[in-house]
Amino acid sequence: MASVEAQASGSGQREPNHGMRIFIISLVLGVIFDALFWFLLSPHMPPGTMTSAAASEQFDINVLAAIAIPVMIFIFVYFGYALTVWRRRPGDDTDGPALHGNARVQTTWITVTSAIVLFLAGFGTYELIVPQGAGAGEGPAPIWTPPGAKLTVAQQIAPWTPGQVLVIQVIGQQWKFSYRYPQFGGFETSALVIPDHTWVQFDVTSIDVIHSFWAYQLGVKADANPGVDNVAFAKTDQLGKITVRCDELCGLWHGAMFDYGKVVPVSEFQSWASSSRVELASITKLLPPYATTYNPTVIPLFRLGPVVKKLGLFGAGGGYYPPQDPQQP
Amino acid sequence: MAIETEPGTLQHPGGGEPTGAKDTRAWWQRPAIHTGVLGAVIGYLVGYYLGRAISANYQQISTSDAHDIAIVLGFLFLVIGWLVGLGVFNDLLRHMAGRPMPDTEKTNGDAAGVARYFRVTLDHKVVGIQYLIGMIIYFCTAGLLAMGIRTELLSPVHHVFSSSTYIELVGEHGTMMMMLMTSVILGPFGNYLIPLMIGSKRVAFPRVEALSFWLTPAAFLILLAAIPLGGFHMGWTGYPTLSVQDTSGADAYAFAFGLMGISMVLAGFNILVTVICYRAPGMRWSRLPMFVWGILGTSVMMTLAAPILSGGMYMLLTDRTVQTAFFTDNLGGSTYLFQNLFWFFGHPEVYILALPGFGIVNEILPVFTRKPLFAYKVAAAGMVGVALLSFFVWQHHLFDSGINPNMRPLFMLTTEMISIPTGFIFLVGMGTLWKAKIRFSVPMLFALALFFNFLIGGVSGVFVSDTGADTTEHGSFFVMAHFHYTIMGGLIFAFMGGCYYWLPKMMGIKLNEKLGKWHFWLMFLAFNSTFLPLFAVGWLGQPRRVFEYALRLQGLNDWVSISSYVLGFSILLFVINFVWSTVVTRDRETGNPWDARGLEWQVPSPPPVHNFEHIPVVLSGPYEYGDPDAPPVADLNPPVGVLVGALASAETEESEA
Repeated sequence: MASVEAQASGSGQREPNHGMRIFIISLVLGVIFDALFWFLLSPHMPPGTMTSAAASEQFDINVLAAIAIPVMIFIFVYFGYALTVWRRRPGDDTDGPALHGNARVQTTWITVTSAIVLFLAGFGTYELIVPQGAGAGEGPAPIWTPPGAKLTVAQQIAPWTPGQVLVIQVIGQQWKFSYRYPQFGGFETSALVIPDHTWVQFDVTSIDVIHSFWAYQLGVKADANPGVDNVAFAKTDQLGKITVRCDELCGLWHGAMFDYGKVVPVSEFQSWASSSRVELASITKLLPPYATTYNPTVIPLFRLGPVVKKLGLFGAGGGYYPPQDPQQP
Repeated sequence: MAIETEPGTLQHPGGGEPTGAKDTRAWWQRPAIHTGVLGAVIGYLVGYYLGRAISANYQQISTSDAHDIAIVLGFLFLVIGWLVGLGVFNDLLRHMAGRPMPDTEKTNGDAAGVARYFRVTLDHKVVGIQYLIGMIIYFCTAGLLAMGIRTELLSPVHHVFSSSTYIELVGEHGTMMMMLMTSVILGPFGNYLIPLMIGSKRVAFPRVEALSFWLTPAAFLILLAAIPLGGFHMGWTGYPTLSVQDTSGADAYAFAFGLMGISMVLAGFNILVTVICYRAPGMRWSRLPMFVWGILGTSVMMTLAAPILSGGMYMLLTDRTVQTAFFTDNLGGSTYLFQNLFWFFGHPEVYILALPGFGIVNEILPVFTRKPLFAYKVAAAGMVGVALLSFFVWQHHLFDSGINPNMRPLFMLTTEMISIPTGFIFLVGMGTLWKAKIRFSVPMLFALALFFNFLIGGVSGVFVSDTGADTTEHGSFFVMAHFHYTIMGGLIFAFMGGCYYWLPKMMGIKLNEKLGKWHFWLMFLAFNSTFLPLFAVGWLGQPRRVFEYALRLQGLNDWVSISSYVLGFSILLFVINFVWSTVVTRDRETGNPWDARGLEWQVPSPPPVHNFEHIPVVLSGPYEYGDPDAPPVADLNPPVGVLVGALASAETEESEA
């Protein structure tokens, strides 16, 4: 483009090769900033490397940033150069060159942007499938699963031994999360405790409105829909504290819907789980039997269940319809 | 057959020659905004009474104060009463009764009065100004709500508002902004300038156009009515089941948003037909100004996407009132249904918010670089490409929702593909700057700022389109910063640029240049200082719409809040400049201050009532700067008999009919 233009402008002195200048400036700056980013910043990018999912997300963000930095630098350099060099000189009221386009520049631009985009789509697909869904909720029938994923209730309530996939049912309600461990008798607790070096399967559901389970350090995010089992996977690699926040507006106290969990060594987890199982046994038997979704209106109180339900003596039902409604289907 | 004179009837707004008497009543006897308000009040009371009467026997309603049916019927009759009071249906009823049509205002002598801005009018230029003022008012209201949000976020532990008030502010801010942004450029500039740019004396459907504007005050006041009704607490996305369970304010949300959807369809459809059918002879598709291309793409998206919004909101209303169960999982409905409907509208919508901005900068750049637009066809292809692709990306909002995991690679691909046509706009902008003679007037500054902001917004969009990276970014402040960069940094900067560029045309008044530069620099710096840190805030784990956050993020949040006040002040500077220049100093500008080639600049400013004395014949494209051999853009006074083609055949059909 530059050489074509140099002829067209027809000015007396030799026109500098603007395109080459811009290219070299942005190349140098791009390499410098990419190196700075990759060696200084990228190990600290969110969400860390506590799990396989988190690590793959961090890698995605780093790769995207490493591509974005030179692209942005090129455009900023171009604009900076253009606004400096090609500003109107005082007293110059003439028009610029009548340049309507340049087939080579246009073709190059379209080819390069298309190539970047297609690469990113391929990269993103690979990074979605290989790390088992990259920590995102995959719905009730996950298709990218780790070996030994437990997708039926029968598999989920079989006792856990170290090395197996640990199933944790995450139950959202206004405005807290509770966690149910079906492999340990189905006790329900507000503490999120996870063993190290273990594949964890989160079965996220809700009993009222839509929440979203965001375990930041685990790199897991899955919407909690009432009546839906939303499954997400992550393999823990490090010990540490987890921050859990609700990520979908769920009413007045959405902003206060957070708690903390931890990743502990396997032996510590086992002793915690078995002691919790014993401690909570009296409450566990009052809970609805474990199912992939959580329906609090199922009450296992001998034959009193239907009576209690008839009287409306249960908590949030997840539905809008009170029992006395004439149109109850 | 060659025609001797131009067809009068063909270009007369309203379709036929006015045959009735002139309207000589005093202003307060003619239908205008005051009769509209009267009609609205009466309508609301009638509707509310009806709703009470209909629903009184339902036990659930008689034992609670849940009177959603009455409220929704009240709103419905309010809108009807408002439109009846404004006189929207008068011509229709006259036509049905076979009575002669009244003389329109254009030929009525009072075409210059201020009163016409408070009436339903057939003049697209009046509608454009109405839209402009309306949109600025809505924008400032919604902006003040944002200041409220940022005030609450000054501290993670001390609260200014209750949790309920805070969520109401968030929802009102989001919904109002999303409603007004759809029309913030298409409404004022699209309606005002499209006929001028394509060489037409009128728009295709002036009554539809007027209706599209007069629905917006109703929609915005109903949305604000949510606050006395208890507010709505589900944000602008309004996901069930929360929105089904919410207080009566959610009725106002759903009704107002659905009503705005209708306004969008009407506005888009009118412009679509105008651009296709009302171009002057010689205004080929290859000579269409890029702003018209942008608005054309926007209109296509509006016409096709907004009905989905209105439909979804209608279903939400019936779920809330007459207890259908579209969105209740355990009764056969699905909350995913609403998410799909909403985002099938919602994603074309965010490109509805991008294309007009691209159009404006492509219009401004050639004028202030004194060069032709680089790669015209690529720019047009970019507009059309974005408009088409926007319908195939919506599920990227649902990457974590548990819906269709096997579709995620596809939606990732389509989403990332949108950056190809968006990149065209950058190619065009950068090519136009090549060896230019750049003049840094205020409109040019805003146009250049759009490229800066939209680059950040667009690149961050690639981060959220990647499903893996999105797991961390979804629903966090990262996404919030991303779309503020594209909407505020793109659309609003373009809107401001458009104001400085076209107000001399629309009002015959130039805004103060010095104050304009202050406004620009303050707004540009404050905007980036407000939203750039929010990317980091989101990456560090702060979800959207929270009023409590991690203590370690307080520094960043405080920085953002203080910057947002400066940003608010810069908008205030704009309002001051606007009022000062248009009301106080009134610095007259009748010619072509930017020395632009656009067809709209070839007529006096402000344009005469009928835009063009004769239908112009367009001779060349609007961007032929730097080409001394280029013919003038149009022949405004074509010799008699030259208009042979389309007009002549139309005339023949007319006379035969």
